[in-house]
Formats: sequence, C-alpha cells, structure tokens
Amino acid sequence: MSDLKTRLARWETVTVFLLIGAIIYGTSTSEDFFTGGNLNSILSDIVEIAIIALPLTLIIVAAEIDLSVASVVGLTSALIGYLWNHGWAMEMIIPAVIVAGAVAGAINGVLVTRLGLPSLAVTIGTLGLYRGLAYVILGDTAVADFPSQFTDWGFGTFAGTQIPNPFIVFVVLAVVFGIVLHRTGIGRSIFAMGANEEAAHFSGVRVKRIKFWLFVVTGAVAALAGVIYTFRFASARADNAVGLELSVVAVVLLGGVSIFGGRGHLLGVICAVLLLGTLRNALTINDVSAEVLTIVTGSLLLLSVLGPSVAARIRGALRTTKSREEGNVQVQ
Amino acid sequence: MSTTASAPATPPAQHDEGRSFIDTVVRAREVSLIGVLALLVLGVSIAEPRFLNAQNLRDILLNVTIVALLAVGQTIVVVTRNIDLSVGSILGITAFATGVMFADHNLPIGVVFVGGILFGAFFGAINGAMVAFAKVPSLVITLGTLYVIRGIDYAWAHGRQINAADMPDSFLDLGTAQVAGFPVLPLITVAVMILVGTVLGRARMGRELYAIGSNPDAANLAGIRVTRRVLGAFVASGAIAGLAGVLYAARFGTLDAAAGNGIELAAVSAVVVGGVAIFGGSGTVYGAALGALLLATIRSSLVNLQVNPFWEQAINGTLLLAAIALDRLLALRMARELRRRASHRV
Repeated sequence: MSDLKTRLARWETVTVFLLIGAIIYGTSTSEDFFTGGNLNSILSDIVEIAIIALPLTLIIVAAEIDLSVASVVGLTSALIGYLWNHGWAMEMIIPAVIVAGAVAGAINGVLVTRLGLPSLAVTIGTLGLYRGLAYVILGDTAVADFPSQFTDWGFGTFAGTQIPNPFIVFVVLAVVFGIVLHRTGIGRSIFAMGANEEAAHFSGVRVKRIKFWLFVVTGAVAALAGVIYTFRFASARADNAVGLELSVVAVVLLGGVSIFGGRGHLLGVICAVLLLGTLRNALTINDVSAEVLTIVTGSLLLLSVLGPSVAARIRGALRTTKSREEGNVQVQ
Repeated sequence: MSTTASAPATPPAQHDEGRSFIDTVVRAREVSLIGVLALLVLGVSIAEPRFLNAQNLRDILLNVTIVALLAVGQTIVVVTRNIDLSVGSILGITAFATGVMFADHNLPIGVVFVGGILFGAFFGAINGAMVAFAKVPSLVITLGTLYVIRGIDYAWAHGRQINAADMPDSFLDLGTAQVAGFPVLPLITVAVMILVGTVLGRARMGRELYAIGSNPDAANLAGIRVTRRVLGAFVASGAIAGLAGVLYAARFGTLDAAAGNGIELAAVSAVVVGGVAIFGGSGTVYGAALGALLLATIRSSLVNLQVNPFWEQAINGTLLLAAIALDRLLALRMARELRRRASHRV
C-alpha cells in the first residue's frame, strides 16, 4: 500500500511542479497574469470541467468510466431552454433538470450493473443518445432570454472577491467528495472494488449498488454543471459542451488517478484542474493559438499515463539487473 | 486419467459440432444485419417510394464509404481488445495533407494516395508503440493522440482552407465517377474490406489478432508475438484512416482542419452494431461495414421520410446500446453452450 502511495505521490508531485511551472510561465510572460481579474478567468474557464471531474474521479477509481457526461450537460441545457420556453419558473426548472441528470446517470448505472455491459461501450452509446435527445428537444436554436438574476450569478463573483460564484459550488462539492472518497467506508469500498472487484465483492462490498449510485451522482452533478454552464454563457443550446468529456477524463488521469482503478487522490485531480486552467490561460494571454493548447492538453494526458508506466518498467528493469548482480556475487 | 482412453475417439466430432455452432452465431449477426437492412429499405420504400431510386441509393453508398472504411480499420483494433479513438484526427490531418500535396507540390495522384496511407500508418505506429510497449490502455492513448493530432492539424492549417479548385479534376472525379453505374469510392472501401476480411479470417496473422483479444495472457503463453501484432493492428488502422482521409478529400473537395471531427464515434458505433465485441475476440469487418451501412441507411431514411433529422443521433445511440446488450446476451449464451459441451466430453 505504501509503495502505491509513494508511486502516486510521485506523479502528484509532477503535477504540482507542472502547476508551478505554468504559473511561472504565466507571470513571466505577462504582467496581467497575477491579477484578480485573471484569476477569475482561470477559474471560470474550467469550473464545469472541475465540477464534473469530482464524481468522475470516483467512477474511474471504481474501474469504470462515464463518457456521457458532456452529453448530459448538453441535454440539461436543452431542457432548461425548452422548459423556460414553456413557461416554467426557473425555481422549478433547476431541480427538475438535476433529477433528469440523475435519471440519465441511472440508465447508465442499470446498463452497467444489471446487464453487466462494459461502461466504455455503454457510455459511448448514451453519449450519442443523450446528445441526440438534446437536439430533438431544442433543435439547433438557442434560448437566451433568462432572467438576469440567474445569469448574473453565473458570471458574478463571490462576496467582493474575484472568485466566480460557480467556483464556490465546486469548492463545496470538492470538500464533500474528498471526505467521501478518502475518509469514509464507502470511499474505501470504491478503492477496493477498483483494485479487485471480485475480492471486494467477496469481502462484502456492495459493488453493484455502489457503482449504480456513482453513475446516478455523476449524472446529477453533470446536470448541475449544465445549469452553471447555461447561466454562465446565458445561453441554452443543444450543442453546449460538446467534447467536454475528453477534458474531464484528461484532467482526472492527469491528476494521478489510475485508469485501471483502485488508485488516485482527489487532491491530485484538483491540482490537475488548476494546472489545465492555468496553462490554458497562460497560453491564451500569450496569444498562443487554441490549437497549441489542444496539443498541450493531449500531450499532458499521454504523459500522465506513460510516465508512471515507463517509470515502473525502469524500476522493474533496475530490480532485475540488481538481483542479477547480487546473484553473480553470491555464485562467486 | 480414464478419460484419455475415450478422449481421442470423441473430440473430432464434437469439435466440429462446437465450431459450427460458433460459426452460426457469428454468421447470424451478419445475416440479421442484412435482414434488418432489407426490412428497413422495404419499410421506407413503401412509405416513401422515392427512396428506392438509383441516385438515392448511390448517395447512401457514397455517404457510407468513409465511415465504413474507418469501421473496417477500427475492427482490426477492436478485435484485439483495444480501441482507436484517434482515427477522426488521422483522417483530418491526412485529408489536409492530401490537399497540400496537390495544391502546393502538384504531386501525381498515385503518390498522393501512397503518401496519405503512409502518413496515416505513421500515426498508427505511434499509437501502437505506446499501447503495445508501454502497456497503457488504448482508450487513454488514443484519446491523447486524438487531441495531439487534431492540434497539429489545426496548427499546420492555420485557418487555411483548401478548395476543390486547388486539386486536379482527375482526382476529384473519383468522388463522382462510376463503374457500371456503381460509384467508385465505395468500391475502394469494398476492396479494402475484402482484403482485410480475408487476412483476418484466413491468415495466421489475423487469427492471432482474435486470440489476443480473446485472452491476451493465453495468447502470450501460446507464443503469439502480442506486441508485434498489436502494433501492426494500430498501424493498419492508421493506414486505413489515412486512405479514408484521401478519399474524404476526393469526395468533399473543400478541406480545412476540422475534417473528420467526431467521426470516430460513428466508426465505433458501426463496429459495435456490426457485431464486433468491444471486449475483443470476435466479429468481422463485413459485420462492421454492414453496421455502417445500416446507420447510414437509417440516416437517409430519416431524411426521406422527412422525420426531424435531429433524431438521428439519438437513434444511433440507442442502436449502439441495443447492439451491446444483444452481444452480451449472445456471449452469455455461447459461454453456457461451451460449458455444456465441455462437460459432455468428460
């Protein structure tokens, strides 16, 4: 266990160094970087990714995956627009769409736990299904006449600081998920089922039940992110957040969570989220094109999985050479 | 040990029985796909007779060419229990490269085709190297290369758009040319499909790919060069995606850095609907191509029946889910059947 911890800590250290590096890059190349306004930009830019990364971390630690999250965001957005056009009050719409998100997650959960289908394939299917439903509901129109009290909250800041309101939501959720994953029995169960599902099952862990609820929570949180997205951009569209799932998965893996499940720390993911935001911001300030950003994000993702793998192989090779040398000494 | 006396006598017959059952299950998917396709075409033509005209059918075939080709390439990879999400980006960058080869360097068509395929194979090799040597799940690797290759594509293009006017007519004609009433581009896809299908089904190399997907550890212990085969699978997928990029350029003429954005999902959907199990080890390119054809026909049906086209994606998603569920059922049935037969031998 401690070996795993040290290995994990090593990747997280890399992420922290990269974050510091990005901050240095930002400050050294532009004096606008360390301003409150820029901090606001950084945090707003990644707030939906950050929020969705929280439940997705738990899902990936449980050795599953959910690629439909961005489509749930889009579906939520479309629903908000549709219901608003049909005269629903916003106070009714918000809980309704979050329930809808939970239902979407429940469908994923049922297909994975009851029918035993692989979550990769299922969520690729629901990615299409939910996005498709979003298009059916709203077509390619946009709804933008939301009352200012909500949209103002969406891109407003908290209590006189420059921290965006939605980010506070993230902080609260991060604390909750952090406590659940790292300090409760359920969290330990999630690690256990990710490491070895059968062993966990025979140890009494309710694998299927926990996985089902993980998917439900992911759907609900994705819906919440959809609400925030819609208010932040003051626009409900069926094609909101297309492709977002890639950024979320990238950020979780970058944060040191193993794709095989069973390992990872939420702090690493939070670090990776901040890294992504800072990097995007630093590059944009320097007029680096969005394309280079894509290359950078992809490269970081590759690095985050190749790094530990290559490191493990080097360690393994060193161990073999070492024991061979020792063996030779003994023979002599 | 008393079983060894009777064992030599009975296995051959039961082995044949077992193989033919499995064959039936596998063939059943292709047959049922053709059946569904036929029903669909029949149903739609009754509701809307214009559906059955030659031009419309030709359009469907043209539209499905690219996705079916990608589905064939994807099958090679999925059969080994991997996935290649970067094919859309490889298609995009090779399509753009095709435009550049014509517009800026005036290369002959043959060279461009070879160049596109090699370019795609190059990216496939990078994918394969990371998956096979670093032993990292292909989902993550190809997710990363999806980003990186698309980014390189955008950075290279720098907003440039290559127009049909920049490419030779003889090349663009491929997009509309016909051989005995049959459009040329789909024929290329069919040729590739038959080539790959034959290798996968008959050549030792192909069977080894299935073995790797079925049980990687057993394949390794059986002496199969897993690393080499998986690398080869990704190179093939990349090469085919490269070819698809060249065909894309011939079909659409106008090229920018966004070509093929998101098409990997259509390819994966086609493959799964076509009966290639996402867990590897089974499925054929013919099924995958049929899956692509089915999805394209559904899309055309929606247009012809004047159904809200926005239903297409939802329907595709549902079909994918139905296909996976069906696959699961079949796999469970097959496992039960194999257990039953194994117990009979004792």
